[in-house]
Amino acid sequence: MLSRTASNLYWMGRYLERADFTARLIEATQRLAALPSSYGGAGNAWESALSATWMTRRYAERGLPLDEAAVCEFLTLDPANPSSIRSCLDTARANARTVRTALTEEGWEAINTAWLEVSRYGAHLEGREAVGPLLEIVKHAISAFEGAAQRTMLRGDAFWFVNLGSAIERADNSARLLDVKYHLLLPRGESVGGSLDYFQWTTILRTVSAMTAYRWVYRDSVKPWLVADLLILNRQIPRSLASCYEEILRHLDLLASHTGKRGTAHRLAAAGHARLSQNNIDGIFTSGLHEFLTRFITENNKLGEAIAEQYLF
Amino acid sequence: MAAITAFDEMFGAGGAYGGTAGPLFGGGSGKAQPRGISAAYRSIETWLEHSPPELMAARRRQAELFFRRIGITFAVYGDPDAAERLIPFDIVPRILARAEWDQLEKGLKQRVAALNAFLADVYGKREILRAGIMPEELVLQNPGYCLHMAGKKPPGGIWTHIAGIDLVRTGPDEFYVLEDNARTPSGVSYMLENREVMLKLVPELFNSLKVAPVETYPEALLETLASVSPRAGRNGGAPVCVLLTPGRHNSAFYEHSFLADKLGIELVEGSDLFVRDDIVYMRTTEGPERVDVIYRRLDDAFIDPLVFNPDSMLGVAGLMAAYAQGNVTLANAVGTGVADDKAIYSYMPDIVRFYMGEEPLLNNVPTWRCREPEALGYVLDHLAELVVKEVDGSGGYGMLIGPHAPQATLAAFAAKLKAHPEKFIAQPTLALSTCPTATDAGIAPRHVDLRPFVLTGTNGVHIVPGGLTRVAMTPGSLVVNSSQGGGTKDTWVVDE
Repeated sequence: MLSRTASNLYWMGRYLERADFTARLIEATQRLAALPSSYGGAGNAWESALSATWMTRRYAERGLPLDEAAVCEFLTLDPANPSSIRSCLDTARANARTVRTALTEEGWEAINTAWLEVSRYGAHLEGREAVGPLLEIVKHAISAFEGAAQRTMLRGDAFWFVNLGSAIERADNSARLLDVKYHLLLPRGESVGGSLDYFQWTTILRTVSAMTAYRWVYRDSVKPWLVADLLILNRQIPRSLASCYEEILRHLDLLASHTGKRGTAHRLAAAGHARLSQNNIDGIFTSGLHEFLTRFITENNKLGEAIAEQYLF
Repeated sequence: MAAITAFDEMFGAGGAYGGTAGPLFGGGSGKAQPRGISAAYRSIETWLEHSPPELMAARRRQAELFFRRIGITFAVYGDPDAAERLIPFDIVPRILARAEWDQLEKGLKQRVAALNAFLADVYGKREILRAGIMPEELVLQNPGYCLHMAGKKPPGGIWTHIAGIDLVRTGPDEFYVLEDNARTPSGVSYMLENREVMLKLVPELFNSLKVAPVETYPEALLETLASVSPRAGRNGGAPVCVLLTPGRHNSAFYEHSFLADKLGIELVEGSDLFVRDDIVYMRTTEGPERVDVIYRRLDDAFIDPLVFNPDSMLGVAGLMAAYAQGNVTLANAVGTGVADDKAIYSYMPDIVRFYMGEEPLLNNVPTWRCREPEALGYVLDHLAELVVKEVDGSGGYGMLIGPHAPQATLAAFAAKLKAHPEKFIAQPTLALSTCPTATDAGIAPRHVDLRPFVLTGTNGVHIVPGGLTRVAMTPGSLVVNSSQGGGTKDTWVVDE
């Protein structure tokens, strides 16, 4: 496969994943921000959302107000925000268009349809009601694309590069989300009843669509250390770091079996995977959750660079 | 604007369309057509009569939706708002009877064989020049003539592997070649996609008519490309063919990606290729892979910055050296542009006779070469009746249609002609045939042309039946180019 094609597919995977994450983040934040403050409805909910996308500084530079309307618009339609849903879809579609030959017709149509629908939204969100349908379009499109890819793409390097991109991006997004709220996840003894932080934790779970999953896995009330355990170490949750690394490792292995070569990317992925599978949540808390997550994000970025280098992007 | 009486392919001369905004053929007049309907169109007439306007409108919407969803768009240069525009598609097919097509096919094969022989000659022995058929300077000083290719012989002696010959019709048996496209003719993706859309939209019509399929084109193209590989047969493996595109900002990018996909070959940009020791490689995730045949959709001028335009970021440094060594085949060959020149076009009947030893089967449009003083005099005196074109123009740009031009434009054009007569040719304004076309006001006649695609490899010549019909969507307009608002139709070669 052409290296440029591989790079385009990998980044297309990443941008689609980012668009999906942003959509879910906005939904969860809307819920949180709507709560009365006596339930922990935090005034800084939108600020947290911004920092989970690592856009706080860029946002401040623009001098925009920290309210729902402005932040929502920035995260959804703003073409000047490279991580806005619009920008993500623009880039993903541009990449898909350049590698049309590597995608199936259904895969391309899913992306193109979402892009066409989001293009219909102008530069500004027409009120709060406009947000819901927009987010639905995005979530639906990503599912449609993954479904189409799953059902129609050749099980070959094109498919693996797309999946590799989305797994790396997903790991990055989950880690950032956790890091923004890490102080709320630290264990503070057993007395958690009536905690104001309950809604903060459930917001995290909702952002990664794991609210129901939590109940099924732990059959317990929402406890912060279990939220961290779920999202970092549980392999059943598709957005957990452990899950993402299993996927990364699997797709790198498939690529290796195809090309007959292993390299730095394989070594880094295996190391990352080992760190997640040989650790337990107590150990992570002892050595510092924030430190763990920061290191994870750095290592994950290094892995991304190693992939680019190894496959000559 | 002078009205042009054109031959209608459905009704013959003096078409019997309803005229007003009636559903199809207007009130009662449809019943008693003086000339009757050509046999090939009878099923179409029945189909149209059974399609109320709402149904036609629904079909048109459906077709547009289909094209937009699969992303068949093209870019119009210099028009930012139309960065991704759909080419209008007309759902009424254009019909050619098998017997008509068979005649055309023979003529096309003859013409493209002559074009290839001409190109081989002007870059080889130059016999046609020594025979005095045409002035030497017209060929050797032509901007389309590539000196680097003099004395070169591409594999199989084939220069134009993919040729698009633009035909127009003016009467029941009168077809003319309007121009030859021996460089990088585009539009074949529309031919293929139009058929796919029609199969979805009107399956019932395909039941009643025996329409020759066009879907074999990608396979024929791949075989053509493989046949001219420098490594064919040497080590038994299939040659590696790629399609070289200028990139996604090119107006025909959709077609490039579409064709690469259908052919199952890599769609490469210049930066994906590199040359080492006169061998072309592409950069892949598994390291360099040797390339044998490049179907290039990039103009000569951009193909190799070391030889041509040094500012080109689109080409591949060293490509021409690899090509000269015979280590890679370019399709089409470099330098074929000289055959597209419209002054050279005017010699085509002589070119066919010279190389084929036969009378040309396809007519040329009578052409005044403005480089010749008497011709220029005539053209200036009759500007309002003529079509004037730039010798190296394409896409309908820079063209004057005398009968449709206001006085001021005529005067301005006359000045341009006097200043640089060698840059222009003139032709009579042909009454291009019309075909029934779905418009907002019902079915109405619109002018059309036809671009069949002729493939030439060492494995022979291949033409899929039909080609791309382009239609001028504006009433009375004779300009069918997509860059100028023209649309397309599916073209059906129908067995009687």
